[in-house]
Amino acid sequence: MAGIVIGGVQKRFGDFQALRGVSLAVAPGEFVALVGPSGCGKTTLMRIVAGIERQDAGTIGIGGRDVGGLRAADRDVAMVFQSYALYPHLTVAENIAVPLTMRRLSAWQRLPLLGRFWPGARAARAAIAADAAQAARSLGLGAMLDRRPAQLSGGQRQRVALARAIVRSPRAFLMDEPLSNLDAALRVQTRREIVEIHRRVGATTLYVTHDQSEALTMADRVAVMLAGEILQVDSPARIYADPADLRVASFIGSPRINTLAAALRQDGAVTVAGTPMGLRASGEAGEATLALRPEDVRLDAHGPLAVQAEHLEFLGESTLLHARHAVLGTPIALRLPPGAAAPEGTFRLGFAPQRALVFGPDGRRRAAQALEAAHV
Amino acid sequence: MSETMALARPRLGAGGEALAGLMLCLPATLAYLLLLLLPTLAAVLLAFTDYELGAPALAWIGLGNFEELLGDQGFRIALRNTLVYVSIVAPVSIAGALALALLIEAAARGRALFRAVFFLPVVSLPVAMATAWQYLLHPTIGPVNAVLAQFGVAGPAWLTSSDTVLLSLAFIGIWEAIGFNLVLFLAGLTAIPRELHQAAEVDGVTSAWERFRLVTWPLLGPTTLFVVTITMIRAVRVFDSVAVLTQGGPNRASEVLLYTMYTEGFTFFRLGYSAAITLVFLAIVLALMLLQTKVLDKRVHYG
Ligand SMILES: Nc1ncnc2c1ncn2[C@@H]1O[C@H](COP(=O)(O)OP(=O)(O)OP(=O)(O)O)[C@@H](O)[C@H]1O
Ligand SMILES: [Mg+2]
Repeated sequence: MAGIVIGGVQKRFGDFQALRGVSLAVAPGEFVALVGPSGCGKTTLMRIVAGIERQDAGTIGIGGRDVGGLRAADRDVAMVFQSYALYPHLTVAENIAVPLTMRRLSAWQRLPLLGRFWPGARAARAAIAADAAQAARSLGLGAMLDRRPAQLSGGQRQRVALARAIVRSPRAFLMDEPLSNLDAALRVQTRREIVEIHRRVGATTLYVTHDQSEALTMADRVAVMLAGEILQVDSPARIYADPADLRVASFIGSPRINTLAAALRQDGAVTVAGTPMGLRASGEAGEATLALRPEDVRLDAHGPLAVQAEHLEFLGESTLLHARHAVLGTPIALRLPPGAAAPEGTFRLGFAPQRALVFGPDGRRRAAQALEAAHV
Repeated sequence: MSETMALARPRLGAGGEALAGLMLCLPATLAYLLLLLLPTLAAVLLAFTDYELGAPALAWIGLGNFEELLGDQGFRIALRNTLVYVSIVAPVSIAGALALALLIEAAARGRALFRAVFFLPVVSLPVAMATAWQYLLHPTIGPVNAVLAQFGVAGPAWLTSSDTVLLSLAFIGIWEAIGFNLVLFLAGLTAIPRELHQAAEVDGVTSAWERFRLVTWPLLGPTTLFVVTITMIRAVRVFDSVAVLTQGGPNRASEVLLYTMYTEGFTFFRLGYSAAITLVFLAIVLALMLLQTKVLDKRVHYG
């Protein structure tokens, strides 16, 4: 199995810079999810890796060789398109067999009528049909080999597209939002199937999605992309708990992370509206942002944040309490533990200082640590 | 409940509404009856009579006209010439239009220009164009033979020799049909999702021929079927160029179905006989349409 190395790829469409120097390395056998909001350039990057689109600058390496000059057909990757891109006139079995037919048969053996009688064609075609049927069965499509794509449900088409990709052993799999057209239940099921296939085949996979929960649950590592740039590549746990950039922190996590305008004093202490937060951060004094995940904020009569209650949002397993900072007016949300009484009016909130995230005015993360109580 | 009652608009009563509907349908229905259905019915009825224009009476002769058709040398020549004409014009103009459409689609620029150039014959007046062709193909002063003479070839009398007249007419027919077919094919090509071509590339398709076979040709199926049917029907209908350029001559070498119908009806005033030829023509067109809708349609739609 081979890896993918993307080095400083740039792409512009007219005046619009879609990719601004993207670099990303996917290790052999690794599953990397590329996540980002709509229009940030995920599909563009994927198509450049596949060889469908040309980059303006930068290099693409697959399996240790530079594939910059190679056509899509010669890059030896399999791609699952956002829209499936199944051949509507071919049956499920024929669709899945296409990559094999194109690679295992000679041009003569593929000829319309004559090809059937070309030496070796019969045996090769039988082997291809067997492999295609095998791939179809492994995705539960065994009973619908003779159907056309139009006779399949969305989820089944999805799996045909996947089967067409896994029927070969390509150097890398590229999947472009393959689950975006499925309903919630089917999405969770197919998500599991894709992870299962990846475990079984162990293929290098680059998986594009704009759904962060998909990225966090499936991938070995997650690459967060925004406006044509990759901001951070890390394990799902670290992307969530240890974001390097305020934009990553804001994009990952639902409900969204709370952000409060803060200030960094000369001695490094972090204050919000003049109140010390019990934290010290590195870097230059001045403006900063304090970010707190809703589950890290708790009701605390002695906490440093004074807030005004706004409304409650019932989520099922927990309740979200929306409030506003009493001075700044910034919204703050927190998860109430089950059965907790919802406060009203003005009250105070606290948080564990080691869970708080501090970002500089440029949005970069600042190292922070809890202050001793005596210091405050 | 009471609220919906109050909101409901005042009603005409079921009868009034139906009447209004009928009135609205009336103009279209009348036009259809007067302009299409009645003339067709009249033609069908006439085909079974010996009616001649200006004759004081007519008699019902059953299949008499059709019996005469079977033995009519002129009709047989016309039928044969029409078939020859269709079997040249349809394949060449369809294959040519497809090839041109693929080339234009692949071209980086100038699509609009090419489309306009090839579509020109379709919007031009057939009779005026026929006159232009008469000049172009003129044996002595025509540019075509002038060019041939440059290469030392003595060009034939294109429109006045019985060896070449049908070929020349077919060439003009191709020239007229190709632009129309081209535009249809171009529309069909743009409707093919680009992702399918890209998927084919990722699947290992490297040659243009393989891509055509795997994606373009099958997905163009509905378009091709429509183009084939419409081209054949339009070719069977050939009349203008024959009437202007050759009048069926020389020596009936360019006699075609509709021209025979025209001469029988309006030169010899044998309207009954002419109507019988019209019915044969209608039968051919209907058969082509049935072939499209009942047989081939199922094989090109993958829904
Ligand atoms: N062929 C093109 N011509 C011009 N602009 C393009 C073209 N393809 C993409 N873009 C632009 O490039 C940007 C990135 O597009 P891309 O398709 O990569 O987004 P994406 O991250 O895949 O979004 P989504 O999640 O909606 O699929 C978009 O702003 C888009 O408008
Ligand atoms: Mg996309």
